[in-house]
Amino acid sequence: MNFVAPELYPATAEILVALMALALMLATAFARGCARPLAYALAQITLAAAAFATLLTLGVDARHTFNGTFVHDLLGGLLKLAVYLAMAIALLYGRAWLAARRLDRPEYYLLAILMTLGMMVMIAANHLLTLYIGLEMMSLSLYALVAFDRDAARSTEAGMKYFVLGALASGLLLYGMSMIYGATGALELPAIAQAVSGQSAREPVLLLGLVFLVAGISFKLGVVPFHMWAPDVYQGAPTAVTLILATAPKFAALALAARLLPGGLPGLAAHWQTMLMLVAAASLILGNLAALAQHNIKRMLAYSGISHMGFMLLGLLSGVVEGQNGLATDAYGGALFYVIAYVLMSLAAFGMVILLSRAGFEAENIEDFKGLNRRSPWFAILMLFVMFSMAGIPFFIGFFAKFAVLQSAIAAGHYWLAALAIVMSLIGAFYYLRIVKLMYFDEPAGNAPLQAPAGMQIMLSVNGLAIAALGLAPEMLFALCAQAMRTSIVGG
Amino acid sequence: MTDIPFLSLAIWIPILGGLLTLATGPDRNARMARTVALLAAILGFAVTLPLYIRFDAASAAMQFREQAPWIAHFNIHYALGIDGISLWFILLNAFITIVVVLAGWRIIQSRVAQYMAAFLIMSGLMNGIFAALDGVLFYVFFEASLIPLYLIIGIWGGPNRVHAAIKFFLFTLAGSLLMLLALLYLYNVSHSFDILAWRHTGLGMTAQSLIFFAFLAAFGVKVPMWPVHTWLPDAHVEAPTGGSVALAAIALKLGAYGFVRFSLPIAPDAAVVWAPLVITLSLVAVVYIGFVALAQTDMKKLVAYSSISHMGFVTLGFFMHNQLGLEGALIQMISHGFVSAAMFLCIGVLYDRMHSRQIADYGGVVNTMPKFAAFFMLFAMANAGLPATSGFVGEFTVILGAVQYNFWIGLLAATTLVLGAAYTLWMYKRVVFGAVANEQVAGLADIGAREFLILAVLAACVLAMGLYPFPFTEVMHASVDQLLEHVAAGKLTPRP
Repeated sequence: MNFVAPELYPATAEILVALMALALMLATAFARGCARPLAYALAQITLAAAAFATLLTLGVDARHTFNGTFVHDLLGGLLKLAVYLAMAIALLYGRAWLAARRLDRPEYYLLAILMTLGMMVMIAANHLLTLYIGLEMMSLSLYALVAFDRDAARSTEAGMKYFVLGALASGLLLYGMSMIYGATGALELPAIAQAVSGQSAREPVLLLGLVFLVAGISFKLGVVPFHMWAPDVYQGAPTAVTLILATAPKFAALALAARLLPGGLPGLAAHWQTMLMLVAAASLILGNLAALAQHNIKRMLAYSGISHMGFMLLGLLSGVVEGQNGLATDAYGGALFYVIAYVLMSLAAFGMVILLSRAGFEAENIEDFKGLNRRSPWFAILMLFVMFSMAGIPFFIGFFAKFAVLQSAIAAGHYWLAALAIVMSLIGAFYYLRIVKLMYFDEPAGNAPLQAPAGMQIMLSVNGLAIAALGLAPEMLFALCAQAMRTSIVGG
Repeated sequence: MTDIPFLSLAIWIPILGGLLTLATGPDRNARMARTVALLAAILGFAVTLPLYIRFDAASAAMQFREQAPWIAHFNIHYALGIDGISLWFILLNAFITIVVVLAGWRIIQSRVAQYMAAFLIMSGLMNGIFAALDGVLFYVFFEASLIPLYLIIGIWGGPNRVHAAIKFFLFTLAGSLLMLLALLYLYNVSHSFDILAWRHTGLGMTAQSLIFFAFLAAFGVKVPMWPVHTWLPDAHVEAPTGGSVALAAIALKLGAYGFVRFSLPIAPDAAVVWAPLVITLSLVAVVYIGFVALAQTDMKKLVAYSSISHMGFVTLGFFMHNQLGLEGALIQMISHGFVSAAMFLCIGVLYDRMHSRQIADYGGVVNTMPKFAAFFMLFAMANAGLPATSGFVGEFTVILGAVQYNFWIGLLAATTLVLGAAYTLWMYKRVVFGAVANEQVAGLADIGAREFLILAVLAACVLAMGLYPFPFTEVMHASVDQLLEHVAAGKLTPRP
């Protein structure tokens, strides 16, 4: 038996990030005085270099390596680039906030980079085990990050809660994977797809496994009924970590869902679509109704995130109609577009929460947005963009995200689901409007000037303007999302 | 020369002007903000004039067409064009914008730049609504125009402004979201968002009915029709004068315009089958809301209810399915744009001086403000539909159309002439005539040059339209005839 060295080229970015993580660990251990700025700089450099490497190795055709367990394709490339961008922005926004609380220890950046590596592996997975390893790497780093403010009871409690529930979800997922393996005899996603469509698999075991897979995916997406962790963890985690938690992992969760369900089990589409329909409907209802009652902005955004992910599922479950996947490109492309839009809005929204906080003061209540228009008209209008975008009002990117998935749902004939989504987005509009009301119609409680480094202010402005600009010209991003889904998931 | 994109200019000049005004920043630059806003409004109006001058009244086709792909992935185009139906609304809108800027000139002292910018941006978006020929483009403008109005009511409005602003926003959003479903359904049937192409998209009766009701929800709320009118009195009462003017003169027209552009041509059979329903709702609005207006003690509320009643006339005219009804309704819309704007401005003039809208606080205003009383008289008469004012032309034509359709409907519709006269003139009598009611009224100063100018221009419009409506009706004939033929032919044979 010959030993064949695997081709490393497609995994350049992953290898690079792994090496940089080690370098970061060593460098900050030896650099006494300047460990904190050094760690931050190294983290940003790592993300930039990874982006460069990903772009360089990206081809039109998918490249497989490590015996087919790893794939570098258009969808993976796009999602990885999105992850780097989201992480870079999140680190930038969080930096001053962390420094003001003495939390900007080098380990923070190390964990962030390791988490990025986990997400990259998940995104690039072509094999159940690769997927699982990536997922665990991401999750373990996140558990630690959530509990990063170790002296605060709220933070450690959130970390514990997230860990227990997250471990349970990982267990469910792994259990599901084992059943899929038992039924099909394969671990590689294409081989599973082939076995299922060839009907050589044993149906009952396969379906039982599918239920566990959907449960695990639902947990990672944070959708009902596996959403319970989200509000508590969002609220308890340090805001800078909530910012990370609410953004980049959504890309990884989408990759998990897309690779497993439409990618790995297209033959069972009718089954998982029904499950996702229930999940989506429940998320839309619960997310929006619960968000109405929140006074803590982090909790409100957590519930709003639940409803957004429910909305996104509308795209994911509309791809296959009566065994035909003619609509799949648009449907999955719409879901991908939705996640990108959501992360962009989420970054800006949590960025705004960080902007309003200062040393010794957390702007966690929605009341803290009172009279922002008096204090800073510029950031008030940016937050207005974010809120109206989340509510799905044009000309903002959020409208086109909703438009794309609703279009898929209607094309697939899910009229009742589309109608439910419409009713729920009307209810959702209320709590976004309430923020706008507080900013514009009420007088500020205090007149403290906004203190934030110039870099963050500029980035936040770019972030807010991007929400408007992409709403005016969403064409390119749409085309890119659809292209990625067509080449990587739908095929042909 | 022919390819100057006048419609794009009409949309984007006010919006860019609004952004420029916003850039003037804090209130210490208020003077500059006002000047920039006025210039932008005037320029925005100037670029709409060629639309009328170069308009070919003989053609029913869309003119000044502009088309460019916007989101090719969904076959969405940046498609603009106007016909005889939409032409006047763009002119009206651009004109009212100047009025609004001038009306807020002195009275708005806080956040001037934001105030002016909101109106300018809204004006541009509304031009977009009237000019859009693509379903998504229409929807985008339609929804986006909610944002500035929400802010206008909520920031510069009266004591109960927050409630009014949110109610306004959610009511109208509820309707338009249903419309979005209808638009998406149409796209899935026709693979296009082209509004003109949808006229010829084959649709069964069930589909037509569902689409019809989705549009009814969206446009009915916006008109507003009874029984979803309750947001309007709140919004009007709490809005600043400029907000009320823009709301009454332009925003209410959007819903009615939607009926003509979407409901009638896209679901013609449903529009005929369900016409009795809409007619009933319209008659309720005309008669019942007329009585409600009679009972009001707040001047702004009274005019708000009068607006609902007048807009009931408009929807009534649309669903008569005859030329008199449709043209009368369109004229009524334009006339109501002038008259309601003028009525709200008059109330604004009083409110600026007395800070009260209660009829009971006034009396004998004519003694201290004779010039104002004369203008107010003219507009009150126009609101009541007196011949030789613009109010008469539209109402009379719609009543003729209604009689042609069914005598009894015509009779009920005609009660508006009595009711309208009753509530408007009774209010006028209580406010203007009689003995000077109190010290405050005795101390009132008559209108200044700026107010005089605004009211005089509007008075000229009201009279001109009443005496010589030909320029308004001339451009409509071809488009209205074509629409009526289309509705009469329908999409289904035999018609259910």
